[in-house]
Amino acid sequence: MTALAVPVLMGFLVYELYDGAHLAIDRFGLRFITGNVWDPVAEEFGALPLIIGTLVSSCLALLIAVPLSLGVAVYLTEFAPTAIRQPIAFLIELLAAIPSVVYGLWGIFVLIPALKSTVFPFLRETLGFLPFFQGPIYGPSMGAASIILAIMVMPFIMSVAREVLLAVPGTQREAALALGATRWEAVMSAIIPYARSGIIGAVILGLGRALGETMAVTMLIGNRNEISASLFAPGYTMAAVIANEFTEAVGDMHLAALAYVALVLFMLTVLVNAAARLLIWRVSGPAPAGGKGA
Amino acid sequence: MNRRVWRRWVSNGMVGLMIVAVVLAVLPLLLILLNLLVKGAGSLSVAFFTRMPVPAGETGGGVAHAIVGTLIIVGMASVIGLPFGIGAGIYCAEFPRTRLALATRFIADVMNGTPSIVVGVFAWALIVARTKQFSALAGSAALAMLMIPMVMRTTEELIKLVPNSLREAALALGYPRWRTTLSIVLRTALPGIVTGSLLAVARVAGETAPLLFTALGSQFMSLNLTEPMAALPLTVFNYAIGPYEEWHRYAWATALVLILVVLVLSLAARLATRRRFQLNG
Repeated sequence: MTALAVPVLMGFLVYELYDGAHLAIDRFGLRFITGNVWDPVAEEFGALPLIIGTLVSSCLALLIAVPLSLGVAVYLTEFAPTAIRQPIAFLIELLAAIPSVVYGLWGIFVLIPALKSTVFPFLRETLGFLPFFQGPIYGPSMGAASIILAIMVMPFIMSVAREVLLAVPGTQREAALALGATRWEAVMSAIIPYARSGIIGAVILGLGRALGETMAVTMLIGNRNEISASLFAPGYTMAAVIANEFTEAVGDMHLAALAYVALVLFMLTVLVNAAARLLIWRVSGPAPAGGKGA
Repeated sequence: MNRRVWRRWVSNGMVGLMIVAVVLAVLPLLLILLNLLVKGAGSLSVAFFTRMPVPAGETGGGVAHAIVGTLIIVGMASVIGLPFGIGAGIYCAEFPRTRLALATRFIADVMNGTPSIVVGVFAWALIVARTKQFSALAGSAALAMLMIPMVMRTTEELIKLVPNSLREAALALGYPRWRTTLSIVLRTALPGIVTGSLLAVARVAGETAPLLFTALGSQFMSLNLTEPMAALPLTVFNYAIGPYEEWHRYAWATALVLILVVLVLSLAARLATRRRFQLNG
């Protein structure tokens, strides 16, 4: 039946990516991952700055998004008046429905000017002793991309975390309160530990989203192939390089290198997502574990 | 005593921080919608929906080609993707313990997390590289590929909600298995499946990355599936990164149109389901 189509498609996807990339895989092998020269003209390709850029922007985004989304999730499941729970959850999930190109547009014309004129100079003044907040201020930058990513990832983390928190049995909470804990202490000592692996799963799922996000990042990160400690400097990510260079790739090797980048990105997200799924299933376990299937 | 007061203060302070988090989380949504309305609404007019783009420097162009393009590309994607997604979902729900169902479910979850740009590269390798031409069809294939796992998982969840007594009643009346599935189970779950499909359509309608090097985008009205075709998200992207003020205004207006399409689709889907099932889409 049609169910067969899904594994077949997946196999096809891996095969096509490998097939597209094999020219580059044969030539560069693992050196591809550690090299930091990206020169289409000389046909020399190394993806290290891209991989670092992807990881840095995603981790920064999580750094911003995780406390926010967990705060919202806990508030909505434990503290909020029942009347406003649904509407707020709904509003935040609407954020997930906004197309990423719209985030990019907003980022270019609203977020970047705001960051450039106020937030970044302020950070450089006050936290300038840290290497992350030094150097000239560009508009499009790692910092801007991370902020937009954080906004985009937050709804995903929030909704999964909320689900997991809702699955915590009420007796868990009541027991803590009965022992004299304040409501916050009940959350910290009884509810969060119970839901811990599910929450970690939610965070990793958010990481998976952030890693593969393309359009908004491409529009905000500045697309410069360098590794820089400063958040004010432009960077590059794997998804962005594919988006920018694929249509105008010169020569087969360039295309193969880009397909190789796609393959690396794919592997990374598969790993991240599989880990997240297993963690979430361990807590709420709606579907029978299918870990063997892969 | 002192300690108890302190503990209460911590608790209240944390709740305060959480409220701040809620405000910070909702703020971007309001800001984005507000900016879209302020910057986009001014450029909307009848001409914007019915006319073609004009060369840079002139005013009064429209995005009719992109609206038509999005309809065609997303429509084709639904035609390809929905049957597969729904079919696979039915299979996984009705035969949940078979090895194929387990594998399919796991792979669908992995595919759900696959970056859309990677799917774009796949569609490029599969179709564009073979036919040596960018085409709307390749774009539809990429979007269909994104839809299948989404639709599959919702369908499966919804079919699982159909009470077993219904199945048993049909079987007891002598219905064969396939008719039970088709005319009893599927029919009961149909409204939910429609909703799930709508949500999936809404999500892929806003996708840009997989279209970049498949449908490519174009400045002309095209109805030919084997040629490059414009789409709303691509138009937003191209106008936004372009150098002209005028283009930026179009980008905002086009984004407004796009987001209206997406939001209306997903709002309709959610409101329709709310009564019937608890759906996590």
